[in-house]
Amino acid sequence: MYEWNFAILWDYRWVFLQGAGVTISFTAAIVVGGLVIGLVAAMCLLSRFAILRAISLGFIELFRCTPILVQLIWCYYALPMLAGIELTPVTASLLALSCYGGAFYAEIIRGGIISIDPGQKDAAAALGMTPALAMRRIILPQALRRMSPALMNQSILQFKNTSLVSVLAVPDLVYQGQMAAHDSFRPLEMYTAVAVAYFAILFPLTLFVRSRERKFGDNR
Amino acid sequence: MTGAPMIEITGLRKSFGPLEVLKDINLQVPTGGVVALLGPSGSGKSTLLRCLNLLVVPDDGSIRVGNTSFTFGKSLQHPKVKPLAAFRSRTGMVFQNFNLFPHMTVLENVIEAPIYVKGMRRKDAVDLAMSLLDKVGLADRANQRPETLSGGQKQRVAIARALAMTPEVMLFDEATSALDPELVGEVLQTMQKLAADGMTMVIVTHEITFARDVADRVVFMRDGYVVEEGPAREVIDSPKMEATKNFLSHFHKGATPR
Repeated sequence: MYEWNFAILWDYRWVFLQGAGVTISFTAAIVVGGLVIGLVAAMCLLSRFAILRAISLGFIELFRCTPILVQLIWCYYALPMLAGIELTPVTASLLALSCYGGAFYAEIIRGGIISIDPGQKDAAAALGMTPALAMRRIILPQALRRMSPALMNQSILQFKNTSLVSVLAVPDLVYQGQMAAHDSFRPLEMYTAVAVAYFAILFPLTLFVRSRERKFGDNR
Repeated sequence: MTGAPMIEITGLRKSFGPLEVLKDINLQVPTGGVVALLGPSGSGKSTLLRCLNLLVVPDDGSIRVGNTSFTFGKSLQHPKVKPLAAFRSRTGMVFQNFNLFPHMTVLENVIEAPIYVKGMRRKDAVDLAMSLLDKVGLADRANQRPETLSGGQKQRVAIARALAMTPEVMLFDEATSALDPELVGEVLQTMQKLAADGMTMVIVTHEITFARDVADRVVFMRDGYVVEEGPAREVIDSPKMEATKNFLSHFHKGATPR
């Protein structure tokens, strides 16, 4: 019978804390990066120029239809070869995860925009707004509100996807857990702690998203 | 006032796919004139109205409003974004479904275009908006959200919002069709006041009595053609064409009470 020893976790508290810090800052960066990429890709999808639509669609499907782990490894090992540049594990991870998130955000944002009553666009145009101004002042603010639960759900997935950067030796929560496991010969306790840490951060967030969804459902 | 009409349409054509909705429309509206477009649904009157501010871009013909004119044709370029927007900023439009901006208060709805399209200072825009809201009787609702208003109040806000751009003409697209019967009167009253102030107006409506009382001229459309056109009372009281008679016979008995 295995004897659990959770007391040992205390010795590794700084290792875990450091990992959690990396995971959280990574998430913040790839959520922002992903949203920017997603917004641009969504605008291209809705463009009147076929070439922009095609490029955006190609980008989105490329990142939606390949595994994120493969993208990470490819960005780190293959992309530098092709482009003749050097990427640190952190840069490669940020790039891959932002693009991956961006592909999914783009679909959410596009859906949110086309769900807005076309009468809003007509009214904005009739007042003399250019399409760009109408998008910025009238359509997007309404669409963003409507799609905020979906965007938050995707961001939660982004949070969990950061665990993959451990394969490139980025010292996130999972990587730090691995280190602690090797060091202490206590992998069961260490991975349990990692799982609990993810849960402790994400569970309150999912509750928040749920309450937003409910609130949203009320006034629709 | 000059002799030239405020609105001049010649040889206007529009098709949606294989369906020709407007077939060679010619129309003039004098400055300060009020024209009502009548006709059964599908006759092209809403499309014609939406062509007037180019929300729908015609295939052929020409449109002049005030000093700006556009000519359309297969060989001609689609108008550019900027001139199009500038042109629309001088035509006000009121929609059947109000289309107020739900994420803004009543006041913000009205000051939005003066600030962001015209570049007016916020304080001036607020002054202008408050005087317009006062004119439509809703100054006390300035800080409410559109969703808290009745349909008639929403439509009056929409009118104030359009007027805030000091348009040369006002276009009304079935402005009372989505309203409960008891709320129609307040909107028609606002429109009547506007007409009395000398605004050039083109109105698509099913309110025959209103058209008769407020419009100078009536244009009756069917299947994309102008079937009959003339002074409002004359056309409504004694229509000459069979199609006009038929259409009006549905209304005379049950004319909307006002």
